[in-house]
Amino acid sequence: MLQAALSRLLSSLLVIVGSLALVFCIFYLLPGDPVLSMVDPTSVSPEVIENLRQQLGLDRPFHERLLTYFGDMLTGDFGRSLVGSDPVLPKILAQVPSTLLLTAASALVAVAVGVTLGVLSAVRKGGIIDLIARIVGLFGISMPTFWSGILLILIFSVQLGWLPSMGSDGWRTLILPALALGFVGAGSIVRMVRGSMLDVLNEPFITTLRAKGLRERAVQYKHALRSALIPAVTLIGMQIGDMLAGTVIIETVFSRQGIGRILADAIMAKDLPVVQGIVFFTAIVYVGINLLVDLSYAAIDPRIRRKGAKS
Amino acid sequence: MKNSATSAEPAARGAWLGRLAGRSRKSAYAAGRQAVSRRRFGSADLLTVLAGLAVSFLAACALLPGWIAPYSPTEMNTAAILQGPSSAHLFGTDYFGRDVFSLVVYGTRDSLLIGVSSVIVGVLLGGTLGSLAGYVGGRLDAAIMRIMDVLLTIPGILLALTIAAALGPGLRNIVLAIAISSVPGYARVMRGQIMAIRGRGYVFASRALGTKPSDVLLRHVLPNSAAPLLVMATLGLGSSILAGAGLSFLGLGVLKEIPDWGALLSQGRGYLTVAWWICTFPGLTITLFVLSVNLIGDRWRDAVDPKRKGR
Repeated sequence: MLQAALSRLLSSLLVIVGSLALVFCIFYLLPGDPVLSMVDPTSVSPEVIENLRQQLGLDRPFHERLLTYFGDMLTGDFGRSLVGSDPVLPKILAQVPSTLLLTAASALVAVAVGVTLGVLSAVRKGGIIDLIARIVGLFGISMPTFWSGILLILIFSVQLGWLPSMGSDGWRTLILPALALGFVGAGSIVRMVRGSMLDVLNEPFITTLRAKGLRERAVQYKHALRSALIPAVTLIGMQIGDMLAGTVIIETVFSRQGIGRILADAIMAKDLPVVQGIVFFTAIVYVGINLLVDLSYAAIDPRIRRKGAKS
Repeated sequence: MKNSATSAEPAARGAWLGRLAGRSRKSAYAAGRQAVSRRRFGSADLLTVLAGLAVSFLAACALLPGWIAPYSPTEMNTAAILQGPSSAHLFGTDYFGRDVFSLVVYGTRDSLLIGVSSVIVGVLLGGTLGSLAGYVGGRLDAAIMRIMDVLLTIPGILLALTIAAALGPGLRNIVLAIAISSVPGYARVMRGQIMAIRGRGYVFASRALGTKPSDVLLRHVLPNSAAPLLVMATLGLGSSILAGAGLSFLGLGVLKEIPDWGALLSQGRGYLTVAWWICTFPGLTITLFVLSVNLIGDRWRDAVDPKRKGR
């Protein structure tokens, strides 16, 4: 078990190094000169541009640049913002709590709504809850987050005046963005849980359990749910990553503080070091969540636990 | 001719079953045929027909906006600024006095163009990489799939956002950004499918007869592996449209005189308290389109689900 976890950890680290290289490649290999996005070539002399290029180390060969970049990132030097020239890492870290709070609240909405509706709809297939679950599932994956956010603002802030439409002070400002972001995740989770629960309920071991006289509740909520949750947990991990990324849009819609908002601003201002830092941060969190998900399989499924012990 | 021969055979089987149930030969044959065609294409219920109509209507808007829109999208009517929905202006007017319905109709072209082209590019790239990985195997497989793993460490919307930010705004760049972020998903599905088909008896038989490996791939393996990828592409069209709208919403879209759906929503956001219609109708249109595409994709997936496939 420990060995399996360690090898999983190692491969996660390798993937993070890979994503670091990917971010580097996106910004330095794709057409488009970072210097030209910093200054206006019509108003600045070619010498200044050349100087800037040397300062940023852009005149050095590719492998040298990649290594320097790796070294900088691993020692926590994410560079300086091109706007205001403050260091990137503290700027990101200051906004992390707000964004993580929003992501966690959205994940809570998504998992609570998604798993509950998914399970109930599979158990009572064809009923009214099933209909609701299918509607939530389809609308969840079909509505743009920024639009569901705007609709929530229209209804609960503009029309009813119950909740604030913007800001990031206090839990009241958290409700609408978390609902908007969580609804998308709930859509995919409902679909997945419903499908896998229906599959599991058709399996022979369920018939065996019923045949031996186990109460239907225990069959459904103890045995079937456990098996059905394994594919759902993978999806939930990926959905949390997507929700973290989705904060770019939702924090903009609700004018909330957070790394998503900084990212949106940095993209508009072509502030590449900030964009790069945030993408890298998100990749680390995403890989971390997926690692946790993989490790949680062992807790849910005893078969995986035994297999892990053998290898 | 060849087609009718293959489809008649299972229909005849259906007729035989019908006769067992005591029906007349002719009607049993018809019922058998119907059952077969229903299994193959999915029963076309009312909802799917409506979804098909919605998609066709929006496709018509994209192709011939001038025939459907009552006004020109650039026509500014200063006498009719910020008017609510009425018979003259179905979706109301915006702050320039432009007709929102006409803007939505004209915006369809870019929105659909982004969605459809990024799916095509993504499926071609992902399908090719997945086929190579699955069919050749070995080191090439390992290399391709590790790159896909790295691409997957960054959540889709964030990857698209990053690439779009690095490339700059514009139709081609936005398509490329969304396409690249969807490649790993398509590649994984295609690889799995190819690996499953590669081991089938008829593939061995064809190889044993001395068919060239490339012919085996192109004539036997690929045609039999394509269905799940095509279903995934249909469902992917929905998410590509959402991603495109999201990027435009953040200001990375096609900067043109005629805004696409995402840009329209972003422009209307500032007028939320005075004109709810500017944001509501474009969002409703995006949802309608994505919902319809997802419904059709779901139905198609049920129809070609390997569990139900007779192959």
